[in-house]
Amino acid sequence: MPAVQETIERVRRIDVDQYKYGFVTDIESDKAPKGLSEDTVRFISAKKNEPEWMLAWRLDAYRRWLTMTEPSWARVEYPKINYQDYYYFSAPKKKLASLDEVDPELLKTYAKLGIPLREQEALAGVVREDGTRSRVAVDAVFDSVSVATTFQAELKKAGVIFMPISEALREHPDLVKKYLGTVVPVSDNFFATLNSAVFSDGSFVYVPPGVRCPMELSTYFRINEKDTGQFERTLIIADKGSYVSYLEGCTAPMRDENQLHAAVVELIAHDDAEIKYSTVQNWYPGDAEGKGGIYNFVTKRGDCRGQRSKISWTQVETGSAITWKYPSCILRGDNSRGEFYSIAISNGRQQVDSGTKMLHLGKNTTSRIISKGIAAGKSNNTYRGLVTAHRRATGARNFTNCDSLLIGEKCGAHTVPYIEAKNSSAVFEHEATTSKISEEMLFYCRQRGLSAEEAVALVVNGFVKDVLQQLPMEFAVEAQKLISISLEGSVG
Amino acid sequence: MTAEVRAIKTPAELALAEAYTAAKPKLPGDGKVIALREAAFRRFDAQGLPNRRVEEWKYTDLRALMREAKPIAGLPDAAAKARAKSAGSLIGDIDVRRIVFVDGAFVPELSDLKNLSPGLTIGSMAQALASGDPLVAAHLGKVAAADDSAVALNTALMRDGAVIRVAAGSTVELPIHLVFVAAAEQSASMFTRSLVVIEKGARAMLVESHEGATAAEHQVNTALELVVGDDAYVDHIKITSGKSPVVHVSSLMVTIGARARFNDFSYTTGNAVVRNQLFLQFDGAGALAGIRGASLLNGRQHADVTLVADHKAGGCQSREVFKAVLDGQSRSVFQGKIIVRPKAQKTDARMLSNALLLSDEAETDTKPELEIFADDVQCGHGATSGALDDGLKFYLMARGIPESEAESLLVQAFVGEAVEGIEHAGLRDALMVNVAEWLKARAG
Repeated sequence: MPAVQETIERVRRIDVDQYKYGFVTDIESDKAPKGLSEDTVRFISAKKNEPEWMLAWRLDAYRRWLTMTEPSWARVEYPKINYQDYYYFSAPKKKLASLDEVDPELLKTYAKLGIPLREQEALAGVVREDGTRSRVAVDAVFDSVSVATTFQAELKKAGVIFMPISEALREHPDLVKKYLGTVVPVSDNFFATLNSAVFSDGSFVYVPPGVRCPMELSTYFRINEKDTGQFERTLIIADKGSYVSYLEGCTAPMRDENQLHAAVVELIAHDDAEIKYSTVQNWYPGDAEGKGGIYNFVTKRGDCRGQRSKISWTQVETGSAITWKYPSCILRGDNSRGEFYSIAISNGRQQVDSGTKMLHLGKNTTSRIISKGIAAGKSNNTYRGLVTAHRRATGARNFTNCDSLLIGEKCGAHTVPYIEAKNSSAVFEHEATTSKISEEMLFYCRQRGLSAEEAVALVVNGFVKDVLQQLPMEFAVEAQKLISISLEGSVG
Repeated sequence: MTAEVRAIKTPAELALAEAYTAAKPKLPGDGKVIALREAAFRRFDAQGLPNRRVEEWKYTDLRALMREAKPIAGLPDAAAKARAKSAGSLIGDIDVRRIVFVDGAFVPELSDLKNLSPGLTIGSMAQALASGDPLVAAHLGKVAAADDSAVALNTALMRDGAVIRVAAGSTVELPIHLVFVAAAEQSASMFTRSLVVIEKGARAMLVESHEGATAAEHQVNTALELVVGDDAYVDHIKITSGKSPVVHVSSLMVTIGARARFNDFSYTTGNAVVRNQLFLQFDGAGALAGIRGASLLNGRQHADVTLVADHKAGGCQSREVFKAVLDGQSRSVFQGKIIVRPKAQKTDARMLSNALLLSDEAETDTKPELEIFADDVQCGHGATSGALDDGLKFYLMARGIPESEAESLLVQAFVGEAVEGIEHAGLRDALMVNVAEWLKARAG
């Protein structure tokens, strides 16, 4: 079929051309020597002026990591990673006192990415109904360090702590010590343990009891340097009755080598607290032949520690050569609630193995999983999830819906859900479907004057609508754009 | 994910290795069969007993469930044969041709081989292996080959079983009932292997019954290779019942030809541990398959259905429906995987699994997987688990039906959804009678 050939060529074309964040910023940086050893860990800890207990914590993680093996159960294939081939720390050289001193190159980089580092500017030009522009506090992480955090003063007034975790370690050591590693333990898994040893920065958020965070908090991650790994660590604590919405975005230059990203995100929600965590993941996916791209091995987990607490994960995944990521909820508090909304789009030779875990431990806990996977090109897209109810989790309730859509005949879509019920009052429902975009739907659209591409975009947008609705408005705009980019030319 | 290097063997694995070495000279078959056994045993030896580190056996850890390997059963004595006489009665009084195996060996005097309809041949696997039967040589170990160490162990130690052929175009009216009885007084292990070839356009129905006739803790490893030819029409029903504390591992390997119709049903109420694994391969276009099953479990019973439906050809339809009813501290496992290969366009596959928990101590684990490589397909799966619907129970009780009866009715309706997929009305009724009896015993 000639149309199919055309599709393949188009798909091939978009992957190389359409990644618009693939530029490199020429900026002087300060790096740790290549490779990983106890000295690297000590170097990072010293760079950050960390307290002694933190260094001990890191070294313990490093020693445990040495005894662990890389997991191989995910449906992804990649050549063996030589962990000695990466730089574990890279920071822009200049120290800053205020935003005005930020290297212009850096400012330009963030401007190109559409991320305002100057306060009062809006993301993606979103204007609210009342005419005001929405405000988002941004923490920008460049390679291994946080370069700027905006709106600090205003947040402080509300009592919200939002700062780089390296700073929090110095300013709020007790809070960090109390919560760090309590959701994702040091030796949780290979990549999380590696992160525990070498994490360099990330965001720390603490919302005090009863406070509704006055604005969206956002972190933008960028890997710039060659052969660097980015290991950020995010820790968010919502104290009793508080609410916070946190957004995360990421991009990287186009390089032929694979770069490593192994982050750990820990969320803690106390009684009646709610955390909404949204991610638009757009790391460089590699070229059409699968050369280069980011290995995205991320551990994200939320702990609904308190009663009636709620954690909701929303993710739009379009980037990375390999994604290995399972944002999870531990529903420990009675009546707590976990949600997971995901859109994963893979193209070219991308491999996605993503999903969630909902661990029902408390009574009357509920969870919902909505996952939409779209595979095009020669990619493989896997949903892998676990829903489990323990003996005493009476009244647990889960609804899972995971759908996949295939575009083209060289890709694969897979679903691997694990459902474990250990008590009779747990009610679990799971449904999954895989199908092709219906010819009838496309015909209907085209008959009304839409081009084939527009028709596909419309159908796909309808398909992923459930998830997009969950995104904060600032990100929904960006996500919608990403979806149209990823699918442009996928019509066959 | 079986690549893991293992140095330490469990006592059961060591005993099986010893048993194989000792049994080798006495097992039927020469030349090619010996080579087949040797290769299979090496595969088993490398992987060991299936355990929770093997993804497909995640929820049924045979290494833990089989602490020791029982000695291989000897030929059945008169007493064992006498005990086996009433086996297979669960199917009621429907008309069948009975073929009986006791302790893993064919028993001609209990079997009915008279007046075979034209095109039907029935023999014993032991004889076929010994005589180098061409049908067995052509198919054994080649039907939907599964890389599974339980199948490998079966191939290494297979002793007897049925070899059935239905010639092209023939219709076998009378269902063939293969009755496998573990009747030895002392605990023993049994390895049976059967081959059934239904050729192009032929029609046949096969019923397998597996049960223990004593209180011994037998270990049964049984396998059936089934070839469903192009345009053939085949029903296969497997019943595992009885109160004996048997560990029962069963593998069904099926290849389905073009435009064929295949209906499969697994009914499990008995034994201590049951693993039913089904490997289905759709090799010809346009086939239609209904794969269903029901388990009724209580006490500490453990039943596992693991199904792989591999769509290699286009335009096939498959429907999978599995129901589990759990009482006591029982545990049911359902793993169903639908694979659609790149060339299998227009596949339409739907899989449904439901678990009904009647007790707070029961557990159900479900893993319905889809692995899709073709874009023009319709595939779906649904899975639910939960207790009986209080609303429905209330509705019945409000109309004067006592609680236990209301529960029974709801359970019967639940299981009935799967059972109604069986085409043979007599067998369908017999199974529903058994469900009712199970519920009656439960109500005490």
